[in-house]
Amino acid sequence: MSEAKTVIVVIEDDPQIRRFLRTGLESHGFQIQEAETGGQGLAEAANRKPDLVILDLGLPDIDGVEVVRKIREWSALPVIVLSARATETDKVAALDAGADDYLTKPFGMSELLARIRVALRHAQGLAQDKGGVFAVANLKVDLAHRRIQVDGAEVHLTPIEYRLLAVLVKHAGRVLTHRQLLKEVWGPGYVERSHYLRVHMAGLRHKLEADPARPRFLLTEAGVGYRLSAE
Amino acid sequence: MADASRPDPDTLLAKVQRDEARRRRGKLKIFFGASAGVGKTYSMLLAAREKRAEGQDVVVGVVETHGRADTAALLDGLEILPQRSVDHRGTALREFDLDAALARRPALIIVDELAHTNAPGSRHPKRWNDVEELLDAGIDVYTALNVQHLESLNDVVGGITGVRVQETVPDTAFDKADEVELVDLPPDELLERLREGKVYMPAQARAAIENFFRKGNLIALRELSLRRTAERVEEQMRVYREDQGISEVWQAGELILVCIGPGELAERLVRAGRRFAAALHADWIVAYIETPQLQRLPAAERDAVMQNLRLAESLGATTVTLGAAQMSSTILDYAHEKNVTKVLLGKPTRSGWRRWLLGSVVDTVVREASDIDVYLLGGERRKPGETQVVARSRAYLGLPESEHTGAKPRWPGYAVAVAVPALCTGFGFLVSGPNELINLVMVYLLGVMLVATRSGRGPSILASVLSVAAFDFFFVPPEFTFAVSDIRYVVTFAVMLLVGVVISNLAANLRTQARVAGYREKRAASLYAISRELAAALREDEIVHAAASHIGAEFGAQCAILFPNAAGRIVYPKGESQSYSLHGADLGVAQWVFDHGRIAGRGTDTLPGADAVYFPIRGAAGPIGVLALLPSSLRRVFLPEQQRLLETFLNQTALALERVRLAQAAQSAQIKVETESLRNSLLAGISHDLRTPLSTIVGAASSLAEEPERLSPDAQRELARTIYDEGQRMATLANNILDMARLDAGAVTLKLDWVPLEEIVGGVLTRLRARLERRPVRIDLPKDAPLVRLDAVLIEQVLVNLVENALKYTPAGTAIDISAKFVPDAVTVTVADEGPGIPPGLEEKLFDKFYRASPERAQSGVGLGLTICRAIVEAHGGTIRAENRSPHGAVFRFTLPRDEAPPALESEDAQPKPS
Repeated sequence: MSEAKTVIVVIEDDPQIRRFLRTGLESHGFQIQEAETGGQGLAEAANRKPDLVILDLGLPDIDGVEVVRKIREWSALPVIVLSARATETDKVAALDAGADDYLTKPFGMSELLARIRVALRHAQGLAQDKGGVFAVANLKVDLAHRRIQVDGAEVHLTPIEYRLLAVLVKHAGRVLTHRQLLKEVWGPGYVERSHYLRVHMAGLRHKLEADPARPRFLLTEAGVGYRLSAE
Repeated sequence: MADASRPDPDTLLAKVQRDEARRRRGKLKIFFGASAGVGKTYSMLLAAREKRAEGQDVVVGVVETHGRADTAALLDGLEILPQRSVDHRGTALREFDLDAALARRPALIIVDELAHTNAPGSRHPKRWNDVEELLDAGIDVYTALNVQHLESLNDVVGGITGVRVQETVPDTAFDKADEVELVDLPPDELLERLREGKVYMPAQARAAIENFFRKGNLIALRELSLRRTAERVEEQMRVYREDQGISEVWQAGELILVCIGPGELAERLVRAGRRFAAALHADWIVAYIETPQLQRLPAAERDAVMQNLRLAESLGATTVTLGAAQMSSTILDYAHEKNVTKVLLGKPTRSGWRRWLLGSVVDTVVREASDIDVYLLGGERRKPGETQVVARSRAYLGLPESEHTGAKPRWPGYAVAVAVPALCTGFGFLVSGPNELINLVMVYLLGVMLVATRSGRGPSILASVLSVAAFDFFFVPPEFTFAVSDIRYVVTFAVMLLVGVVISNLAANLRTQARVAGYREKRAASLYAISRELAAALREDEIVHAAASHIGAEFGAQCAILFPNAAGRIVYPKGESQSYSLHGADLGVAQWVFDHGRIAGRGTDTLPGADAVYFPIRGAAGPIGVLALLPSSLRRVFLPEQQRLLETFLNQTALALERVRLAQAAQSAQIKVETESLRNSLLAGISHDLRTPLSTIVGAASSLAEEPERLSPDAQRELARTIYDEGQRMATLANNILDMARLDAGAVTLKLDWVPLEEIVGGVLTRLRARLERRPVRIDLPKDAPLVRLDAVLIEQVLVNLVENALKYTPAGTAIDISAKFVPDAVTVTVADEGPGIPPGLEEKLFDKFYRASPERAQSGVGLGLTICRAIVEAHGGTIRAENRSPHGAVFRFTLPRDEAPPALESEDAQPKPS
């Protein structure tokens, strides 16, 4: 029985990047469909029913963020956006519009594969193992029983901190923008008060990380948001 | 050498500049005639029609046909500019519309009657001013003029015809015309035309005009106009020959000096001087020698002198006022200094024995002037009272009809004059004896002298008389009578009186001289003061302030210096107003002055209705601005010495302004040059720094691509790794360059957020995790550090750059320290290493663009990392510095200000509860 290969649609106008993506990803067992423009990409995504979309934000015909929105209108399939470095705003916009993660060009194959893995796991609902326990390095989070352990020792979190951690765990491995976190943890009225988020993240780091100044898993993506590393 | 015939390069340059200016200016053609009725307007219109037929754009500005059908017929087919209606005391006057003509901008415009006076409220008082403005705008003009309207001939014609015409045109306007066409008609034919009714005659003036049109008059007028035209032709010939280098025309080395005094003769002297100078093709100077005696004249007469000087200037003379004690010696000294060849004086006013006794200026000059010709002008007695010119000029200046000199109260002087002889008498009684009359005389003389030095002429004469009387009465035998026993005492009396008079005269003269010297000194001092202040000023506003305050103080005026904006329109100055500031200057007048480079406003020929006087400030490169001056007394501005002083002030100001502007221009040029050279070094640097990793990448990749089978898997992996590393390096370089370009373009908008420093440090360490693997990093951040307001992405970049530098320039395995310290209003973040440190003296240079510690080393970047750090930190309002630490290593410290307290968080209970 042949395993169904995971289908990835790559929407990227630069042929060299497409080539290297195809070569690298195919060697890891993915099946690649290429699209040169946003319009083409949307058509492919609609027809081929892929498992993942890799989307370049700098497309000639449609704005990348617009493509994300369009996809999100009819599907929750994971989207990873690629962006040139200019500013953070386009990445944040894409993430807020529904993209799952991002990569800044130039990037290496291993980073891309890591992101793809995380995105697929979330899509397939395999983020946590059975029992709803999430573990990374010396951290263990049991959402069902609301128990957090660092190096085996229990750690007490305030309600807000817990909720924050819970959101991060739910999206473990993926980046979450400030806006998304504020909305989920505090509510839509708080989306402009990023200092709340930062203070509580600092609190989490102090409680959970061995060296809060050198975080192992509570990673900061400057200008974008935070990521709970899953590995 | 044959060089004598070659034109002098300076004159050639002047000629080129003249020609240049002339080309841009319109051409003026004057149709000149001896009197009304010779056919000037007719000829003018004929010429205009010819031009029109040739295809030129001809417009009729204003033409007086006086009802003559044949003249009116010539207007047929020509475009006529509608006249402007001016309301004057209830009547509507029609005037030439200057602004419409300037807007229409024809190639040629016809403006009749050059000497016409415009209605009040017009921009210029006279039509010839309007014509000047048309010419300045590059429009050619045809106009008409009668001989009696010329300023220099006005009095002569008046003498011939008995009618002195009010409206005159200065000779300079006539001489500057490009073409003068004489419309000549023999007197008999003119009289014929008069009889036929072809000459305009309003009924009221019939008798006067018939008087005017006597044959004798007409012949004389015709001769005058012919001669004047011939003068012009000769002048043209002279200029032509000079230009062509034909120098056999004798160089007019003549220079004429006309000396005027305060009498009525002065105006005639000036006009005669002009004719004289014209006849000899010479330059001429009009001098007014002001002795202390003349200083004491009433103001009305001094104003008359001033107006005669202005008349002289309008006729083309250079004027000068000299103050001196002795008129004759001053005249001679000045004449010798300037190499004057001819002196023109009025005939002596004194005659007979007084002249013999007291001498006269004329006689002295005639006697002493060995190599200078002296000409004397006889005077007919004119009617007493002011002359026409003087009256006109006075009206111009808005001066009152007469002024009283402030007479100081003299009574104290006379009281002293009585008291002193009394004292002397008293003294005499104390010490007298019959043989000491001689000494007593001396005592009285001493008393008279004291009174003379203190109290002026009147009191000292009184003192002399009283002394003589007292001496006679009290001391000369027989005592207590006025009789004199010895007749020799009469001589004594006479001498005492004389001494008193002479000393008092001397003293009075000395005092006046001292006063004049005082004025001069004050003027020089104020000039010195303003020069010094201007020289010291470094900025434009300082210069403006210095100039305006000095001018205001010196001329007793409110003033303002106005500059144009970028579009060349004069605007009000920004900045606070000072005590000397003039508010509400008329920008329209100021704009005119700026555009035309001539004075306008009250007391001048242009827009005399304005309140203030407006002066152009011109630098070497062109007009800079306008001075608006509202003087308390016009005389303080328009006296020749005051005008020269103001001109000097303005020149100084213009120089200072130009200096500052040129300095700025030089500086920005310097910056441009530096930017250029920076750009070039950037290109050179980039070229090298990009090609190096590129060549590695291309080389490695080509090995992998072409012959992979020759390479072991390990070798292949190594090449691939190299390609990856070099690619990363290029990415960093590109990022740095892009960052720098963005920062340079000023596109640093900070996205400020309240961020814990720890988070930034964490981000940095995560980003550089791979490279920091084998390096110990020590972090020292205070516990419970407050949030800091900063742009997280940019500050993370700063720390990344600093840490990367430490990685690059320090030996492997050495530690890197990151720490932070909080003070009440700032936070200081430090990145320190244990490497070789910074070469002393280069701590600041490190932050320069493209500065690299070791340019040859392959790993160094393009030298922008620290520059970017500084730009980001400074955009936050902070500072960044580098120094060395002991025992060795570099320390980079940057400080960010903390202006506000971080916002407080609501307590957890107030925050939304988890669902």
